[in-house]
Amino acid sequence: MSIDIAPPPTPEKLGEGRAPTGRTTDRVFRYVALGAGLLVFVILALIAWSTTKEAWPAFKFQGLSFVWSKTWDPAHMKFGALALIYGTVVSSVIALALGVPVSLGIALFVTEVAPDWVRRPVIYVVDLLATIPSVVYGLWGILVFAPAVQGFYQNVADFFSGVPVFGLLFSGNPVVGRSIMTAGVILAIMIVPIVTSIARVVFATVPSEQKEAAYGLGATRWEMIRGAVLPHSRSGVVAGVMIGLGRALGETIAVALVIGSSAQITARLFSSGDSMAAVIANQFGEAAGIHRSALIGLGVALFVLTLLVNVFARWIVSRSAHEVATGAVR
Amino acid sequence: MTIIPTGSRSMSEVWTTRSGPEPVEQAEPEQPELAPEIVFEVRNLAVKYGSAVAVRDITLDIASNEITAVIGPSGCGKSTFIRCLNRMNDLVPGARVEGLVRYHGEDLYDPKVDPAQVRRRIGMVFQRPNPFPKSIYDNVAYGPRINKMRRNMDETVERALSQAALWDEVKDKLKRSALALSGGQQQRLCIARALAVQPDVLLMDEPCSALDPIATARIEDLMEELKRDYTIVIVTHNMQQAARVSDRTAFLTTEVDDSGRRSGRLVEFDRTATIFTHPSDPRTEGYITGRFG
Ligand SMILES: Nc1ncnc2c1ncn2[C@@H]1O[C@H](COP(=O)(O)OP(=O)(O)OP(=O)(O)O)[C@@H](O)[C@H]1O
Ligand SMILES: [Mg+2]
Repeated sequence: MSIDIAPPPTPEKLGEGRAPTGRTTDRVFRYVALGAGLLVFVILALIAWSTTKEAWPAFKFQGLSFVWSKTWDPAHMKFGALALIYGTVVSSVIALALGVPVSLGIALFVTEVAPDWVRRPVIYVVDLLATIPSVVYGLWGILVFAPAVQGFYQNVADFFSGVPVFGLLFSGNPVVGRSIMTAGVILAIMIVPIVTSIARVVFATVPSEQKEAAYGLGATRWEMIRGAVLPHSRSGVVAGVMIGLGRALGETIAVALVIGSSAQITARLFSSGDSMAAVIANQFGEAAGIHRSALIGLGVALFVLTLLVNVFARWIVSRSAHEVATGAVR
Repeated sequence: MTIIPTGSRSMSEVWTTRSGPEPVEQAEPEQPELAPEIVFEVRNLAVKYGSAVAVRDITLDIASNEITAVIGPSGCGKSTFIRCLNRMNDLVPGARVEGLVRYHGEDLYDPKVDPAQVRRRIGMVFQRPNPFPKSIYDNVAYGPRINKMRRNMDETVERALSQAALWDEVKDKLKRSALALSGGQQQRLCIARALAVQPDVLLMDEPCSALDPIATARIEDLMEELKRDYTIVIVTHNMQQAARVSDRTAFLTTEVDDSGRRSGRLVEFDRTATIFTHPSDPRTEGYITGRFG
């Protein structure tokens, strides 16, 4: 077999001849990309440095008990953030517990179940949720949701009273509408759009060969989802959940409005609490001196917390990717 | 081009022998009482994707414990046809199946029929190996697990892997990822996975197209063995393969009608020996000799 197409003239040596035009573009692109990457680090480092500097007086004043003590009482110069950290973490965990299953359900519904004419409106509405400003969620929470739900909380508390774990969790001291639980619920609604849309994209990348493999073995739709879609999407879904968690941890105004603004560490989820971001928002206006510096310290703590969450998430993602590649799975 | 449907030419000959050594091709009189069991009766099958007709006018019978090969040029609808036999086309949005497919006398497309049950009995091996991103063991165990065949799982897995001629190669690394296997091993794993649910029929859509000659030969040997217990329908682009392994061959081709629409059609269906030595349609002969050159 012979090919009659004349090859392009070959330069004598590899280094000779006309430089491909792409090469310069390539180089420029590389520097631009590198610069952009470095910029992120620089900004991150600057923020970390300047906030820590501002917070330093408070850290020095309070010492380690800044994160150990649970008394946050600016009037008496007590700046223990533990109860606030607790409120932040617990309300976010509630948000995940409620929001993630709903998000995954919606994502599975629109990718695997819904016919085209249902899919579009559902996606549209969920995305619309993301455009509502958080202060609106907060106002809705404080004006509508919290008053309406108090009676319901009371019923739930009565129902579970005496039951071991649940009796404690679903109770309050006292049961109030503006509570840790309410903050969690509002946060759950707020993270649904982002978690849903990430999960949706991830589910859509599952190759149809994988799905057909499952169907071909007699799987029902749910069995196919468990066998093919979920294993394939695990790391992507974890990443999406972590982004949702990041949002929940940092959410300020909505939580500030509905969490009840009284810091305490309690397992009773229907009690009021407080969170780091909410305290910053509520107190920063009239704070000065050590108090102001302590509030910035809360910002630093929040920053560290989200950083830890992200590192942890990376670790999970890389581990599960590794599992898939090597089959170190159950 | 005028088109003379010839698909049903050899219908009477379908009711001839069971598996086993092929008798010399002869005008065997119809003997319904000795007829091999018919697994699939396909009548006037047509599949549309939206408004485009992919295949039509397919009428043939597939007999039990035989290997039926489906050959034809690319795009003529071989995959489309074979996917009708286990209702895989249900999963393609916009695909519509018309005509009749009977499986052991039951209408496969009856609204009361559960497609999952159909696919559990009629297994499928795809053109590209598609193991799950799980361990080798879990790949094979997936089918039995979802079908609640949980007893003696280790045995089931071993049997399926042995049947697929893969056991010796993987018995020490069952917990390793299936994705770490070679393409040929992955394909045999997919065969094992399909066999693990103990289907009645195995549909294979170009199972060897990604494999080297050695792996191909293994899979062909395997099919020969599986024939004892299973009915096999195989799509292949490889004439020699069809000639070597199959008992009957269906030749499909693409036809262009007056308004320029293309659709696949069954040209000829007969014993493989007949198709390859005395094809009754010139197009069959052209296709086969074109390949054998
Ligand atoms: N999901 C689909 N949607 C729309 N058209 C399709 C779809 N699948 C197949 N077709 C069309 O149906 C016709 C037959 O396709 P099919 O895949 O059955 O061919 P084939 O004989 O298996 O080809 P090959 O040998 O290349 O695998 C083709 O014209 C193809 O474009
Ligand atoms: Mg095909």
